[in-house]
Amino acid sequence: MSTTTAPTKAPAEQADASTAPPRRVRGRGERSRAASLASHGILSVASLIALFPVAWLVYLSLGPDKNDYLHPERIWSKMTFDNYAFVLQHTQFFDWLKSSLIVSLGTTVIGVMVAATTGYAVSRMRFPGYKKLMWVLLVTQMFPIAVLIVPMYQILSELQLVDSYLGLILVYCSTAVPYCAWLLKGYFDTIPFEIDEAGRVDGLSPFGTFFRLILPLARPGLAVAGFYSFITAFGEVAFASTFMLSDTKYTFAVGLQSFVSEHDAQRHLMAATAVLVAIPVSAFFYLVQKNLVTGLTAGGTKG
Amino acid sequence: MTVAIDRATGKRRGDRTPRPGLGRRLKDGYQKHWYAYAMIAPVAVVIGVLVLYPLGYGLYLTLTDANSLNTGRTIGVNEIEATYEFVGLDNYADILWGPTAYDRFWSHFIWTIVWTAVCVGLHFFIGLGLALLLNQKLRGRTFYRLILVLPWAVPTFVTVFGWRFMLADAGIVNSALDWLHLPTPAWLEDTFWQRFSAIMVNTWCGVPFMMVSLLGGLQSIDNTLYEASEMDGANAWQRFRHVTLPGLRAVSSTVVLLGIIWTFNQFAVIFLLFGNTAPEAQILVTWAYQLGFGQQPRDFAQSAAYGILLLAILIVFTSFYRRWLNRNEQQLAN
Repeated sequence: MSTTTAPTKAPAEQADASTAPPRRVRGRGERSRAASLASHGILSVASLIALFPVAWLVYLSLGPDKNDYLHPERIWSKMTFDNYAFVLQHTQFFDWLKSSLIVSLGTTVIGVMVAATTGYAVSRMRFPGYKKLMWVLLVTQMFPIAVLIVPMYQILSELQLVDSYLGLILVYCSTAVPYCAWLLKGYFDTIPFEIDEAGRVDGLSPFGTFFRLILPLARPGLAVAGFYSFITAFGEVAFASTFMLSDTKYTFAVGLQSFVSEHDAQRHLMAATAVLVAIPVSAFFYLVQKNLVTGLTAGGTKG
Repeated sequence: MTVAIDRATGKRRGDRTPRPGLGRRLKDGYQKHWYAYAMIAPVAVVIGVLVLYPLGYGLYLTLTDANSLNTGRTIGVNEIEATYEFVGLDNYADILWGPTAYDRFWSHFIWTIVWTAVCVGLHFFIGLGLALLLNQKLRGRTFYRLILVLPWAVPTFVTVFGWRFMLADAGIVNSALDWLHLPTPAWLEDTFWQRFSAIMVNTWCGVPFMMVSLLGGLQSIDNTLYEASEMDGANAWQRFRHVTLPGLRAVSSTVVLLGIIWTFNQFAVIFLLFGNTAPEAQILVTWAYQLGFGQQPRDFAQSAAYGILLLAILIVFTSFYRRWLNRNEQQLAN
């Protein structure tokens, strides 16, 4: 959220790109009333489109009957929170919450911890094999799920890790680790080399420099890598649907699907669960989204 | 022990001494770079074990006729030995030009290309348009921005179900269309409308990312450039064409590449929107998944072969894209 009011700044300050005041600060470039109305109009319509499906889901979740989604006008008169109470008390909501959290947090922790030193090494050092490693890190991020899902399934079933949290965490790490390494490299690149040099001059080993100087400075970068791994692992569908077999170990992405089977569709409960999942995740997302974008595009351009 | 930071201290390697022998070089290389290797070791191990080994194993599976009936498995206490056989490149030949190859591969291939191109195009242009609007001095800008990011903030597996309710036969979309006396297509049943709704839902999900990234790019364009171009008499279109677009170059080339890769690999939207009901609307990724896990017997070998083909397509595409970008940049520099 950048500042919206920067009316009277000196020209020298306007040139400062990092604070980036809104483009047309001079009176001469003011828009006409019509242009401004058009902007508001388009933005309102776009906001409505963005908001409506989510709002509709919330509205439907208040209807007590499973076919209420076909008769939305009836919900208005009999709105109730019964669905939420039912979901929390009589479904496996908390089991799913537990497995979602175990898997996502596990992926996050492993991804960030394993990737941190590598991000530093590829940011600061040039060693034989550097280019190959960067290429592998890049290519791994664009693996379609179809590449790994069959061999992973075979390997995990040989190791008896199908339907276990560890198996799913390992699978997610195959994308989270290269991604975190790539993203952290981008972040380490922004930390001045002089800090490393100062550390070395004062007698720290390269590991000491990394652990005592760079890692504390890189906390925001680590956080972004962590957030991103968490959100990705939380929302993943394909691997979770395939590898988690018992319904107490479903993550939310799988659990939600289980409300709609061939025989019965409990759409009202599904909507309520969806809302319950969406609220904390979206709140979390809004807290970190600004950092997410900078991290993503920075990691990409500096390759 | 030499300094590890050779970027800061300038190039140390090179022509100071005559080139030593191989053994000596290995030893020197080890002494000079062992920090680096120790630091990348964890990731190297993880990638080796979790990515390269399964990839190699998958590659091997594509050369066999493995399916869920002949792979080794354990049922209770009984272990069943794997009985699949090596068949060479038959799987690839069968997928690419075997009988009914058009229905099984090429029709999905064409649809995947169309899907990727249309989705990324829509993402980019809608995202750019909204970013330009949001980049003005405007009342309620922050508010609009917060709302417009919503499709990205809510997990895809939640929003897709919201769309399914809306697009159902008697759902709100068709009720609204009916009320307006417009035709009410069968969004989730008819092939064309399935594809149409898949693109629509994915566009809805993907625009916010483009919008926010491009907005970041717009805000980093130096304001003096606009002043200078205005002094030179550039009109609004010329300012957009010659200042805004070149200024967005770095950001847009990255987000378009990311968008293409993500859309090409998009699994959740199509899988959750249709499940197993829409063979015609499956892109290659979901189709490969269906071969491997959505049918009986599960055809592991073919599914893995689709995976390898997909990866090959992506790698070829990305290297061309990068080369094309580099060439363009050189042209600009000249």
